[in-house]
Amino acid sequence: MAKFTKKKDGELPAVSTASLPDIVFMLLFFFMTVTTMKDSSLLVENTLPNATEIKKLEKKDRVIYIYVGKPTQEYQKVFGTEPKIQLNDKFASVDEVGSYILAERAKKPQELQNVLTTALKVDKNANMGLITDIKQQLREVNALKVNYTTYEGNAFNNLQ
Amino acid sequence: MPRRKGAPEVNAGSMADIAFLLLIFFLVTTTIETDAGLDRMLPPIEPPDQDVVIRQKNIFTVNINKNGQLLVEDQLMDLKDLRNAAIAFLENGADGSCNYCKGRKDQSSSDNPTKAIISLKNDRETKYSTYITVQNELVGAYNDLRDREAQRIFGRDFTEMEAEYLNPETPSSIRDDLKDKVKRIQDMFPQKLSEAETTSN
Repeated sequence: MAKFTKKKDGELPAVSTASLPDIVFMLLFFFMTVTTMKDSSLLVENTLPNATEIKKLEKKDRVIYIYVGKPTQEYQKVFGTEPKIQLNDKFASVDEVGSYILAERAKKPQELQNVLTTALKVDKNANMGLITDIKQQLREVNALKVNYTTYEGNAFNNLQ
Repeated sequence: MPRRKGAPEVNAGSMADIAFLLLIFFLVTTTIETDAGLDRMLPPIEPPDQDVVIRQKNIFTVNINKNGQLLVEDQLMDLKDLRNAAIAFLENGADGSCNYCKGRKDQSSSDNPTKAIISLKNDRETKYSTYITVQNELVGAYNDLRDREAQRIFGRDFTEMEAEYLNPETPSSIRDDLKDKVKRIQDMFPQKLSEAETTSN
């Protein structure tokens, strides 16, 4: 009997948590280095299409973003379900694209103003009509370098 | 009076909590960026000074209708065949001046890769995903040809060389060397992809 009681009494030694802060800090630094700050929250659905022949967009400071897609659930009551353009944090119409590009370009340092890329982040269900209008606007303000941002993957998956 | 044994130890028990808090903050406010895509140049808005006469056989027309069907050179085509059709057109080499082309030298198709132009037209109601797939296939056709020539001349893929050239972390000595190579391959198969204004009907 004594044997049993002795076993019950002998409690497990506590696991040392002294190295827990180190582990968590390691995780923290990992996430701090591989991620970037969100610059604007999305108001539109943004499932990008897949493509294989992609090039990475280096140097984020030279990129101007334009988001296109249908408004997310909470905005659908106000803005409807037709695909819309999002510039910075608000919805915009097609003719605002040109002035937006010019304004963004003016904010960048002089030496970068000629090497800017416009990244079009377009939902895969959008229609080309809107994209064509945006492209026309971009041509008018001479922002000719565009990047159709996509995910990496088999392009034929887009068609399903 | 007995001397104290140094400063009292700070309790580090809550360090983990603080670190967790920071970790969660960064997890919530940041995103892992997926910024990669198809690079394209739009045509400038001013029309060229003089009209350039392009022979019809040097133009490869691709039309996408609103249902996502393809009309390539006036024939209905499946998207899966587009890449090979574009490759066949680009390296056709009808005038015989292109010594690296392996095409059929068909007289009714393009004269030379430097003259061959792919013209892409789409309807206003074409879905963006279809358009991207077509763009991807056309860029893929150029990349396949460039890769083949780069493999033959330099023993490595063009896309890989170009990625290394564009990567800002590549040392400039390697970049200078790559610049000429990339340029040489690009000149062999210049990317001439014209996008006309969309039709609406």
